[in-house]
Parts: sequence; structure tokens; C-alpha cells
Amino acid sequence: MSEPILKLEGVYTNIAQYHILQGVDLEVPKGAVTMLLGRNGVGKTTTLRTVIGHWRAHKGRVLFDGEDITALPTPLIARAGLGFVPEDMGIFSDLTVEENMVLAAIHGPINSARLDWIFTAFPPLKTFWKSEAGNLSGGQKQMLSIARAMVEERKLYLIDEPTKGLAPAIVSTMARALRELKEQGASILLVEQNFAVARALGDTANVMDDGRMIWSGAMAELSGDATLQERLMGLSLDAHH
Amino acid sequence: MTTAAPKHTPKMAELSLGQRLAPWMPVLLVPVLVALGALAIPQTSSWLTLTVSGLAMGMMIFIMASGLTLVFGLMDVINFGHGAFVSIGAFVGVSVLLMLGQMTGAPSLGLNLIALMLAVVGAMAATGAVGWAFEKVIVMPVYGHHLKQILVTMGGLIVIEQLIIVLWGPEEIYITRPEALKGAITFAGAALEKYRLVAVVVGLIVFAAMRFVLRRTKIGLIVRAGVQNGEMVEALGYRLRRVFVGVFIAGSALAGLGGVMWGLYQEVITAHMGNDAMILIFIVVIIGGLGSVEGCFIGALLVGLMQNYVAYIEPKAALISNIALMVLILMWRPMGMIPVVKAK
Repeated sequence: MSEPILKLEGVYTNIAQYHILQGVDLEVPKGAVTMLLGRNGVGKTTTLRTVIGHWRAHKGRVLFDGEDITALPTPLIARAGLGFVPEDMGIFSDLTVEENMVLAAIHGPINSARLDWIFTAFPPLKTFWKSEAGNLSGGQKQMLSIARAMVEERKLYLIDEPTKGLAPAIVSTMARALRELKEQGASILLVEQNFAVARALGDTANVMDDGRMIWSGAMAELSGDATLQERLMGLSLDAHH
Repeated sequence: MTTAAPKHTPKMAELSLGQRLAPWMPVLLVPVLVALGALAIPQTSSWLTLTVSGLAMGMMIFIMASGLTLVFGLMDVINFGHGAFVSIGAFVGVSVLLMLGQMTGAPSLGLNLIALMLAVVGAMAATGAVGWAFEKVIVMPVYGHHLKQILVTMGGLIVIEQLIIVLWGPEEIYITRPEALKGAITFAGAALEKYRLVAVVVGLIVFAAMRFVLRRTKIGLIVRAGVQNGEMVEALGYRLRRVFVGVFIAGSALAGLGGVMWGLYQEVITAHMGNDAMILIFIVVIIGGLGSVEGCFIGALLVGLMQNYVAYIEPKAALISNIALMVLILMWRPMGMIPVVKAK
């Protein structure tokens, strides 16, 4: 098996007096979609924010493509090839959709073929290309947030709850776009509460609880074992059909 | 390569007239204030003179304040020491002009302009360099701590004022403007000082240049995005800290330019002139909307016009007129006229 694109080794992260991550171990294989699952407040978002450098691990190591990025500044981590879609979407409301996208293309002008692909996946972005992003609906903002990460090829995409609070039609659009990204061979670490989406996209799954990784394995194994789901997360994936 | 998404034909909601006008309301305030001035001041010539004077004053305040608003917007830094750059700019610029006395005294527009350009370049270079050192030594250690920022930057202001006194002496320095900028031209029966007209033109050029950089360049895009959500800008791969240092230096240099212009406007400079100007600068930054260059520009024009009109109509009320303006605008828009949407 090839080296994982991302590896966390015993990562501890504190936020003020709170010990959020307490020895997280995680491997994200290349060219696959890795799901990060668990109840609310168990440390999924903090794990992603620690990888991108918004929070600092005070113990343990974060290895990206074989390099130790634990202490690197966020901009250098991003330039190493990480695309980040935060839970709050991080849209620049006063900038137009176009300006948001131009800003995300850090290596030069936007590739037109890639932009066409994004427009096909997310048609509203074409419609509102010159509009202020603050005027978009919640779903359209989420499309823009994901499109910003997709505007250039990244070695790894960190995506935090892309379907949160969205209407079912928009969730389908998101899932379709992420599947296309996956089919291109992208490596994705995805935090997702919608288990139908998780099951459809995930290759491997990692379940967190109380700041630790409590289970890692194939998504198919988790989705096919109701007892395991019940034990790990207190719910059944079958309930989310 | 792709599968088309489900058919989706989104539309923007139709905006009412009020909603469409809302973004332009602050801009409309300037002509409204000018019109009110015309109603309150019956003599057209006086009104025209005061209007040009107010616009000139507003432009100079804008030049001094624009850097401060960007610094606050970008890195949440409250710099009470910003006035120090105004004073340094004035002293360096005036020193250059005094050294080039033969050029400024000659009845030649070309020689006058060369002397002025050298003074402005000297002032901006000096304040840019001091701004860089100020950011490194005083501001950087207190990122994220507003109370410490206030205390330490005020301390920096006091230290710089004392250094100016050590270098240039404690006395105020009186200056005369270059020959070509002395006197006035007559238009529609009103005497319009040449220097004030030049100040209006310089202010417009600075504003247009800032708009161009902020709206048409990648660095401007980074600054505008950084004002809203610095964390996300960094997550996209931009080193915001470096951008901030650049903005701080540019803002300091602009304050230096403003200092030279303010000094020539008042024809006297003192070590504490920057500190005195800070009251107007803060009013402008607050009513404009922290981090908004456009808001700062409109706010500065309103403050300049208000000060001049009220000083003519009721001199005793001039001091409080701008405070009253700030109160009214904040009652209307508590986040300032053109608030920058900050990420939560």
C-alpha cells in the first residue's frame, strides 16, 4: 500500500483550557475519500483545523505527503497542496463570486476547462459570477466554498460538513460534484453528518469520540454493520436512507 | 469528465427602490450636506469658498486616515500612534522644503513642483520606514490585545513626539507655501485658494489610486478579503502577515503625505499636530465603517464640509459639530456608513 497523503500521529490540540483532541491517529490514503464521522463535539472540525494550522497541535505530528507540517504556518500548509472548505464556508461576502474564485486560484489565472467543469457541477455560480457572494443563498455559498477548493488541483481536500443545513436537491448536487472529484483520483478527507452521503462517497471511515479515534476501517464494513454503527455512534446508518 | 447537475435556474429576488438606493445613501450624504450648506449660507461666493475649503480639508483627513482604517480592518489593530506619522511627515517634508528655499521661493511652477515632490517623497519614505519599525517593535507583540494596543501605541506616539522635539526643537515652525501655490483664483465671485484646489486634486488622485489597487489588483483582492476573513485568506495560501506589514507601511507613508499637506494647509507645524489630528481621523474612520476605504473617503468629506460650514455660521459650535455628525451617523448606521462584513 502506498504512503498515505496525510497522517496524524498522536495529535493533541487544546483550545484555551479545553483539551479537544487527545491523541488522534489518522491515515488518509491517496486517491480515496476518507470519512471522518462521530457525534457533534467530538473533535472532527478541530482535527481539520489542526491539519490546516488554524489550531496548533501541542503534541504529536501531522505529516502531509511525507513532510512534517505540524508547525508550518497555515499559508505554507495550503500552498503545499491542501484545499480547505471550512464548516462556516469562509465566503468573502463583499467580493463577487468571480473574485472569490480568482483569489482561490493561487498559482495563476483560472484554468478555463476546470472552470467549465465547475460551472457544470454548480450552475448558479455561472449565473451569479459577477454578483456579490454575500447575496447568494446558503446552498449557493456552499457551492462556492467547494468550488474555491476545486478551482485548482490539490493533493488533498479537507471538507467540513458540506451538506449541513442544505435542501435535499442541493445535497444531491454537492454529492454529485464530490463524486466527480473522487473519480478524478482526488484525495479527500470529508467530515459529514449525512450518512447517506457518507456511505455513497466514502472509501474508508474513521469514527471519533471524545477527542480520539475509536474506529478505522472500510466504509462498506461500517455501513453494513448496524451493531457496529450503534456501538460507535449510537445510531444506525439504515435510518438515514 | 462531467455529469450535468439537475436543471437549476436560480434568480435573484427583485429589489425594491429603497433596497437599491440603500448602498448609495452614504454617497448621497455629501451632495445633501453641500445643498444644506447652500441653504444655510445665502451668499453664493461664501458658500463656494467654504465648500472648496471643506472638500480640501476632507481630502487631507482622508489621506491621513485611510491607512488607519485598513490597518484596523485587516488585522484588528487599534493604532493610536498613527498621528505620529502625520507629525513626522510634516517635519521631514517641511525640512526638505526649507532646504530647497530657493526653489520654493522662485516664481516658477516647475521648480515649485519639483521641490514639493522631493518633500513629499522624503516625507513618505521617512514615515514608511518609521511605520515599518513601529509595526515590528510596538504593534507586533500586542496582536489580538486591544487594551495593550491602545496603551503601547499611545506610548509610541509620545516617544515619537519627544524625539521630534529633540531633533527639531520645541518651538512651532512657521512655513510659507511655494510661490505657485500662494494666492487664490476667482470663480463665480468666490476666492478659491490655489492650495486648496491642489489638495482636492491630490486627494482625488490618492482615492482613485487606492480604489484601483483595491479593486483591480490581486494584492487589493487579498487586502479586501483579509479585512473580512483573515483566517480564510491564509487557508487559501496567502501570507497575510506580510500583506499587513505592507499595508501598515503604505498607510504610514500616506499619513506622512497627509502630514506635509496638513502642515502646508495650516502654515505651521508642531510636534503634537498629528495627535491633534487624531480626533478628526478617528471620527472619520468610525463613521466610515472600520476597514472601509470608501466609507473613510465619504466620512472625511462630510467632516471637512461640516467643520467649515458650521465654523462660518456659528463658530462656537464648530468644535462639537463633528461629534454631533458622528452621533447622528452611528444612530443611523451603528457599524458606520459602509460597514465591512466581518467573518464571525
